[in-house]
Amino acid sequence: MRLAKPSTIKRGTALRALRTLLLLPLLVIGLVSVQAQSPTYGVGRTPTENEIRLWDIAIGPRGEELPAGSGSVDMGSELYLSKGCAGCHGTTGSGGMAPRLIKRDAGPNADPWDYGRVLPIRSPYATTVWDFINRAMPLGAEGTLTADEVYSLTAYLFFLNDVVEDGTELNEKTLPQIQMPNRSNWVQVPDWLPGQPRLEGYPY
Amino acid sequence: MSQKKTDRREFLKRSAAVAGAVGLGAAKPALGQDHEHTPVAPEPEAFIRGSDEMTAYGSRSRFVNSVRIPHGGRESPDAFGLDFHIATPLQDSVGEITPSSLHYMGTTRGSFVPDIDPDKHRLMVHGMVDNPIVFSMEDLKRMPSVTRKHFIECAGNRSRSSHTTIQETHGMTSNAEWTGVLLSTVLKEAGVHADADWVVAEGVEEVKGASSIPMAKAMDDCLLCYGMNGEPVRPQQGFPLRLLAPGFEGIFNVKWLRRIKVVDEYYMTYNDYGHLTRDPVNAALGYQIGPKSVITYPSGGQQLPGAGFYEIGGLAWSGGGRVSRVEISTDGGRSWTDADIRGTAEPMAHTRFSYEWNWDGSECELQSRCIDEIGQIQPSRQQALDFWSTDGERATFVKGQDNSIQPWRVASDGSVHNAIS
Repeated sequence: MRLAKPSTIKRGTALRALRTLLLLPLLVIGLVSVQAQSPTYGVGRTPTENEIRLWDIAIGPRGEELPAGSGSVDMGSELYLSKGCAGCHGTTGSGGMAPRLIKRDAGPNADPWDYGRVLPIRSPYATTVWDFINRAMPLGAEGTLTADEVYSLTAYLFFLNDVVEDGTELNEKTLPQIQMPNRSNWVQVPDWLPGQPRLEGYPY
Repeated sequence: MSQKKTDRREFLKRSAAVAGAVGLGAAKPALGQDHEHTPVAPEPEAFIRGSDEMTAYGSRSRFVNSVRIPHGGRESPDAFGLDFHIATPLQDSVGEITPSSLHYMGTTRGSFVPDIDPDKHRLMVHGMVDNPIVFSMEDLKRMPSVTRKHFIECAGNRSRSSHTTIQETHGMTSNAEWTGVLLSTVLKEAGVHADADWVVAEGVEEVKGASSIPMAKAMDDCLLCYGMNGEPVRPQQGFPLRLLAPGFEGIFNVKWLRRIKVVDEYYMTYNDYGHLTRDPVNAALGYQIGPKSVITYPSGGQQLPGAGFYEIGGLAWSGGGRVSRVEISTDGGRSWTDADIRGTAEPMAHTRFSYEWNWDGSECELQSRCIDEIGQIQPSRQQALDFWSTDGERATFVKGQDNSIQPWRVASDGSVHNAIS
């Protein structure tokens, strides 16, 4: 919160001083709201830094939460078989009962949206792919992959989709820097406000 | 109000005319259908002996067999015991509340229901806050609470011509009385930073399903629920704690909630990725549920015993707020009359409506249309498809969440059919 500079009152005209006085109640309200940032009820306990770090598996687009580690396309191709990915997603990344992981052939100069709904090519951010493998794969053994294994599998899926070259190694620094083809090729939903229609100008 | 009264008077006049016509025609008894004659007053089939089970936790009559069904083209449970989508039997619904045991269920990819010991469950609120907090369930129940009725609806709840019953066309929505703590209460307790715009809510199921929710919504009416219809939230609904984002598509209502992370950008979780589009119109319509309604009786697969009086009943709802009006058409959408709102319309809640109808026994098409408090009007399928059509191309699919009007065709033999083409 910004407080009025004391010098403003000294230098200003009577009118300005009066205006500041009129603003005073607002300032007081402002102070109260600042104080409201400390707990009102005091229920619950404060987690430790370590506890937060261990719980926090949500990786944002900037990748700040990514754990230290690294992995390679080569390692990923081995893990893809040894961890059972191929069993559901197909040995080539398609043809299994689980969602397809390799882009469809859309010809040269294809629009990224023509590759189909394939996470490691359609996702605007590399972090979404890392995050989902880490939290939700493999089926029945979720959460068992090490950070290095997740970096490797992510690298392999990006290689399958021509996002990275063969031999690429990924770590917590390089992964968020990958420019996914859809990085800017999507729209955010409009800002949500209470009581607003779904879409301005849409009567339904 | 006066309009409504006029409609009512008109209706009474018309009813009298119909009754008069029947009296003159005199082909059928004025008192509707003839039941089997019973020589004695009704008596029960048997008497139910008390049991410890019935004392402890009552059950419904053995003659009531309304059940949920698997939905979405996949078995629930599947061969592994995973649940995917389960639809509620709206055709049997009365009132506004869906019984907890019949509430619809959706999961993102098929999921086991987590078996959670509430004494061990925790909710962490952290990220861009002054005071990160871990709450036990006991802690949360000490916080100021609210109790509100809200519907939840799956984004994929849409009528297809292959569907025959309302359970298939609309069964992925339900309405319950939810009790818990406003998310805003907890966020204020934690002290959200001024530049925080989103929260990421995360569950404990195998996929650790997580959704990004705008701060404005989180601070407005999102609810951390531990109670549902007067008892703890059911396991399939997120026991012991679930998030409710009233009026938002089902996937935002994170179940088995363990974490709220306050952040400064859209996190593009896997759930968020499911909404990914480059069409701004599609993006806007796949978020907040539109104004919607459906006639539950008579509805597809039901059988009317014959001409005469019926109370048409149904449910209306909107993600935009309260239902302000529901209209009924008995002539396939050519003319519309106000239905009666039963009870009190509450924000983002199923609202029951009814309409007194004398069926003359000829084929007709019944429709209902919801108008909400912010003026959104439920479109006909035609209107929705018109919107999505371009000069060269006629749309065949309503994008975003489909809230178009459901037509039911009543055949002259009293059978009721899905009239979606």
